[in-house]
Amino acid sequence: MSAASAGGAARAARQQTHLWVAQRVTAMVLAIAVVVHLVMIIGAVRGGLSAAEILGRTRGNEAWLAFYVVFALAAGLHGAIGLRNIAAETIGLRGRAADLAWLAIGLATAVFGIRAAIGLYA
Amino acid sequence: MASAASLTVSVWRGGEQGHFARFDVPARENQTVLDVVTYIQRELDPSLAYRFACRVGMCGSCAMTVNGRARWTCRTHVRKVVGAGGALELRPLGNLPVIRDLVADLAPFFDKWSRARGTFQPKEAEEGAVPDDFAIVPPASKQRRQADAGIECIGCAVCYSSCDVVAWNGDYLGPAALNRAWTLVNDVRDGARRDRLDAVAGDAGCHSCHSTQSCTERCPKNLDPSLAIAGLKRTLFWDTLLGRR
Ligand code: SF4
Ligand code: SF4
Ligand code: FES
Repeated sequence: MSAASAGGAARAARQQTHLWVAQRVTAMVLAIAVVVHLVMIIGAVRGGLSAAEILGRTRGNEAWLAFYVVFALAAGLHGAIGLRNIAAETIGLRGRAADLAWLAIGLATAVFGIRAAIGLYA
Repeated sequence: MASAASLTVSVWRGGEQGHFARFDVPARENQTVLDVVTYIQRELDPSLAYRFACRVGMCGSCAMTVNGRARWTCRTHVRKVVGAGGALELRPLGNLPVIRDLVADLAPFFDKWSRARGTFQPKEAEEGAVPDDFAIVPPASKQRRQADAGIECIGCAVCYSSCDVVAWNGDYLGPAALNRAWTLVNDVRDGARRDRLDAVAGDAGCHSCHSTQSCTERCPKNLDPSLAIAGLKRTLFWDTLLGRR
């Protein structure tokens, strides 16, 4: 292997490692966030659920906004990286272009979630 | 099923394309699968190609697929693996090209050892020269124990041929090469840690392992490549997160 292509391979391996680390870190975030989310839902539906009650909790509350922004980012990235791995193994979809596309899909998914969170905050 | 008077042995003949040939081999009380193959080659068909050397589980050259499962044949007793009616099916190792009959081409397997930087790189002597002094590595130290756990690999490729990820991804380095890399990552005398971790990272490396543990389950030396791979992942996780890479 030439020095240049060895360097390229090492760089690619590093980028793939970054995706893997992101996958693990988002998994840890999700493990906590999903629990918080579920507990919150169970608490919220007790005694009936109303739009006014939800908005009362979230409107103007930076803590909930931050929580849901982080949650949406983690979910979007985690899902997209997972699909990337499945696509690589099943249909052989690999490479830098595919990775960037998956990253874009993950971020786009997160943006939907973040928009919804901002809607509840504003 | 050791009581059948003879074994009905189906043996792969040919290369990638080929067929099974049937042989009847006398059953014995104590008989290894390698004994059966040797009997066929000596008594029934001298053109049969297969590989072995030590016959005592040291060299790693005799592995084949026996009734669907990769095994070292010199240490596998027929009575433990034989099917109903004395049936044995022998194929070359899977996940590797077939040269002829029971002989698989191990070149891709060993190429991956070198891609995983499976060679020791002495710290002080860059070009592989003998260092000036002995290194002292306490046997009870954690790194020494982790290196010791994987060092007895005989390179038989049983794990490699049992790994689904190797089948899905032709670039995947596989359990034996990664196990070897982990022993060297833990070798305090080695100076190529950084390059080696680069070599075993990413989609062709440890990050593709699904931790299914077929390698660990099937390794005839009872090594635990799956644990070694987890060690590589853990090391790369912290090194990456803490910006050490
Ligand atoms: S644990 Fe990893 S290396 Fe071992 S067989 Fe499973 S996928 Fe292959
Ligand atoms: S790890 Fe075990 S199964 Fe794999 S090559 Fe080494 S001895 Fe054989
Ligand atoms: S012949 Fe050497 S390990 Fe089987």
